[in-house]
Amino acid sequence: MNVSLRVWRQKGPGTQGCFETHEARDLNPDMSFLEMLDVVNERLAVEGKDPIAFDHDCREGICGMCSCVINGEPHGPEFKVATCQTYMRSFRDGDTITIEPFRSRAFPVLRDLVVNRSSFDRIIQAGGFVSVPTGSAPDGNAIPVSKEIADLAMDAAACIGCGACVAACKNGSAMLFVAAKVSQLNILPQGKPEKDRRVLRMVQAMDAEGFGNCSNTYACEAACPKGISVNFIARMNRDYAVALLKNKPA
Amino acid sequence: MNLLVNLFRSSLGRKLVMGATGAGLFGFVVIHMIGNLQVFAGAEVLNQYAILLRTSEELLWGFRLALLAMVGLHLYCAITLTLDNRRARPAGYQDKRPLGATIASRTMMVSGVVVAAFIVFHILHFTTRDIFTDYKAWTIELHGREGHDVYRMVVHGFSIPWVSAAYIVGVGLLCAHLSHGVQSFFQSLGLVSTGYQPIIRAAGVAAALIIFLGMAAVPVSILLKWVS
Repeated sequence: MNVSLRVWRQKGPGTQGCFETHEARDLNPDMSFLEMLDVVNERLAVEGKDPIAFDHDCREGICGMCSCVINGEPHGPEFKVATCQTYMRSFRDGDTITIEPFRSRAFPVLRDLVVNRSSFDRIIQAGGFVSVPTGSAPDGNAIPVSKEIADLAMDAAACIGCGACVAACKNGSAMLFVAAKVSQLNILPQGKPEKDRRVLRMVQAMDAEGFGNCSNTYACEAACPKGISVNFIARMNRDYAVALLKNKPA
Repeated sequence: MNLLVNLFRSSLGRKLVMGATGAGLFGFVVIHMIGNLQVFAGAEVLNQYAILLRTSEELLWGFRLALLAMVGLHLYCAITLTLDNRRARPAGYQDKRPLGATIASRTMMVSGVVVAAFIVFHILHFTTRDIFTDYKAWTIELHGREGHDVYRMVVHGFSIPWVSAAYIVGVGLLCAHLSHGVQSFFQSLGLVSTGYQPIIRAAGVAAALIIFLGMAAVPVSILLKWVS
């Protein structure tokens, strides 16, 4: 199959970018989207041109490194699938595919389709951890956790931190990511001692990074390759309200 | 102090204020609709209700000021949050899909602004009676108490097609706003648990639809001369 790519090219942060058109020829429909880009890049390298820069790592849909907005949808057309697990069979022969970087003030473009997502790391640093005393290892099962709670925490922990929620949101809000990261710990007994401080600090860090606000349109949930539920946003809102009422310093 | 600063500065705090004030205003809309529907019970019932509402000047103004405060806070949050949201994406997309987001949810600012403009017109029309100044002289006496002839004002106002049209458009946009707003209240205040979300979303749309029908019934009945 053959497709035509309209791809965002930008030399570096803060420089003017533009769309370039590239032809991808003789593709196998069972190639992944990133393998298709590899093929295009090999040809560009042979022609002495700059290859298209894009983020990728595990290519198994679990690391959260790949990104791109493909035809207006973060991670492409398939539901609950990351870009790396999107295959060319999801497109038709002769299609023109528009590829753009994730767009957010908090995700500045580094080059072409690569954006800097370290704002997410700083939100995690603000409270996405549990403090544990050092010493000998605790007994297994010393803290009872019910199956329901363990499952719920795991659903939140499925977030791979790719930033598709921010890319999809019309407000560029990181609420789904922060909600998942707050909830995965706040739900569990190990996370309870720092529950209030965690939500206050992580929300404060989120706001400081310049993400937008949630207007409950739920485009984030639709775009999330891991299907993180917006119920976690409601849960974070509740945790935040409770922490505010307790009015302890963050 | 911490609480107030976080409530009015942080993203989540302003969403809490937005949701709580929105819920208060929703309550007012429901009471308003029930009041309006008394037009179908005849002039005496409606005018009696209008006189009841004005029983105490102090209570009336307390109520009005509370409403005004809720509108003010709702607007403050809407404006500051929207400005934040604009800044959060300086460069947009060439190709953008709504990804499951409803039209109502994506146009809250537009519906909100039009509804605000409509409310100003509505108050000038029926409360201050400055659109049709004849209204100021339309008073009645009922059971020994004097009041405005609300029934006559309503029938006169809605017999004019453009007034009715503006009202139906205003109420229609208000209900579009509510269809997203009701479920947003539960979401923003965190009053949703796993499994309840589809019910709350459907209930929000149903509430908006009922309010639209209840509100629009008055001008439609007057235009069709069912009520005169």
